[in-house]
Amino acid sequence: MVVQSFNYVRTEMEAEAPAPGTSVGFVGWMRKNLFSTPGNSLLTVLGVLLLVWAVPPLYNFLIGKAVFIAENGETCRVEGAGACWAFIWARINFFIYGFYPMEEQWRVNICFVLGIILIVPLLWLDLPGKVLNAILFFVIYPIVAFILLNGGIFGLQSVPTENWGGLTVTLIIGITGIVVSLPIGIVLALGRQSNLPVIKTLSIMFIELWRAVPLITVLFMASVMLPLFVPTGMTVDKLLRALVGVSLFSAAYLAEVVRGGLQALPRGQYEAASAMGLNYWKSMLLIILPQALKHVIPGIVNSFIALFKDTSLVSIVGIFDLLQTVQSSSSDLKWAGPHQAITGYIFAAMVFWIFCFSMSRYSIFTERRLDTGHKR
Amino acid sequence: MSVQETGEVLTGVDRSKMTVSDTDVAIDIVGMHKWYGDFHVLRDINLRVMRGERIVIAGPSGSGKSTLIRCVNRLEEHQKGQIIVNDVELTSDLKRVDEVRREVGMVFQHFNLFPHLSILENCTLAPIWVRGTPKAEAEATAMHFLERVKIPEQALKFPGQLSGGQQQRVAIARSLCMNPKIMLFDEPTSALDPEMIKEVLDVMVGLAEEGMTMICVTHEMGFARQVANRVIFMDQGQVIEQNEPEEFFSNPQHERTKLFLSQILH
Repeated sequence: MVVQSFNYVRTEMEAEAPAPGTSVGFVGWMRKNLFSTPGNSLLTVLGVLLLVWAVPPLYNFLIGKAVFIAENGETCRVEGAGACWAFIWARINFFIYGFYPMEEQWRVNICFVLGIILIVPLLWLDLPGKVLNAILFFVIYPIVAFILLNGGIFGLQSVPTENWGGLTVTLIIGITGIVVSLPIGIVLALGRQSNLPVIKTLSIMFIELWRAVPLITVLFMASVMLPLFVPTGMTVDKLLRALVGVSLFSAAYLAEVVRGGLQALPRGQYEAASAMGLNYWKSMLLIILPQALKHVIPGIVNSFIALFKDTSLVSIVGIFDLLQTVQSSSSDLKWAGPHQAITGYIFAAMVFWIFCFSMSRYSIFTERRLDTGHKR
Repeated sequence: MSVQETGEVLTGVDRSKMTVSDTDVAIDIVGMHKWYGDFHVLRDINLRVMRGERIVIAGPSGSGKSTLIRCVNRLEEHQKGQIIVNDVELTSDLKRVDEVRREVGMVFQHFNLFPHLSILENCTLAPIWVRGTPKAEAEATAMHFLERVKIPEQALKFPGQLSGGQQQRVAIARSLCMNPKIMLFDEPTSALDPEMIKEVLDVMVGLAEEGMTMICVTHEMGFARQVANRVIFMDQGQVIEQNEPEEFFSNPQHERTKLFLSQILH
């Protein structure tokens, strides 16, 4: 019989050793990511073939054979020509400012520059003076921008909102919608969790009503039905109606996103805040919302991106946003050609993509920045 | 049968400063009942806690011991009877509730630190926002108590970076920063690894030695024997037996108490 001994005492500690060569470096990366299994190797090969098939024609259309400089549509109509970028360049002023009078466009430019000057430090989380910055951006800036754009006082020529258009209007609706809808959404989410039946019911009704209606319907109702309810002689500005419609619509969606974040918090957080004697608003503002909002940053930004793209729907109530300016230019006879419309849409898509992708990257950055490592 | 075999060995517990007031009532619970819907979870609770008392509440799970101490700072509402804390009766009046909560610290089983705030911010939040203490003063107080629980060097870290025992010590320091008159402990060591229980109990012993009025729901019978001046045994929402720790452990009267002790003290 073999007598086995379980007694064991380690006499020296095992030294740290480098990883085997095939699992690190470029070869290791390829093995792990591209050729880990026969199926994966097949997919890698197929993927490369797809790129080979798709990239050259795309390159030729967008850059290689594209027309960058031209006086009119003549060059773009040549057989085999690609995208007609010269057309975009010729109409860029219209795409940015719409029907805003040419000699007054410096006012829009000042608004753009002021906006960038204020928004960049606001998004730069490490910079101090956030309170002053926020007041400037959320309170002072809208007033200044409105006076500048609308005119009518301080000797500025009056430019009614019907003449605003293009990217300017898209940004106005997008940014206003984002800035206004988040606080409303938060209040609605808190309202829906309230212990007070009246507030709870009202919040639920508001959220469910707005969420259940298509945005197009909201915009139509705002432009067709609202005038029926306001006293005769009083008109509500068309752009303002669209702004209110888009903001409230988006607020209802955000309310549900935020509610998801509130529900994800353990009850202990609410209890600890209460046990310390913090009242409802203090515990919400200091303890609950900072955590809940952090959890749902992806969802919030998702809604913001959707909102920004949905601004193009305002064209159906006659507002000349970016997409509408592109659309109406695509029938410009001077630039008539096989790729005139498609070039316009690619341009519009690129502009939307730049803004939306920036939001997406910023959201990822913020998530990482705010991560305090409590995830296990 | 030795009690120390089951719990942590707490050495050098000094009971000399643990004095109980004869006249000053900290908590007075009279004929209190509580229901969760139809479920009668607390039945006819009568408990008077004098200033300076260290009370340990023991009992099987579901006996209502946590619910009882959560009624003391009204994390749970009672439906019948009276609860008077520091001469303030708890009713649905939110002002009174906040008044009581300011003077009653609570430590939870799962610490409940605020993960988005640093350790220091966790400790200064309530003094600043509830008491209106200036930030510098609140931070000085916080550092004082963090030193007391022996983790001042962690002040700028976040809760997620600390071990369970460290987190629970921060939670105690956080409560102390409000300078409470009463401390409630809801199973403070139940979620901790065995190696970390002692560091938390040591802090609690220190508090008791300074004369803090404490109610502890705990399974640490070593702590109960050495620190408590009274042990309360609960089952099915009722107080079954209460006594001084020596008597409670060596000479339990009720059958249910005997059964409970025989199961946890081997």
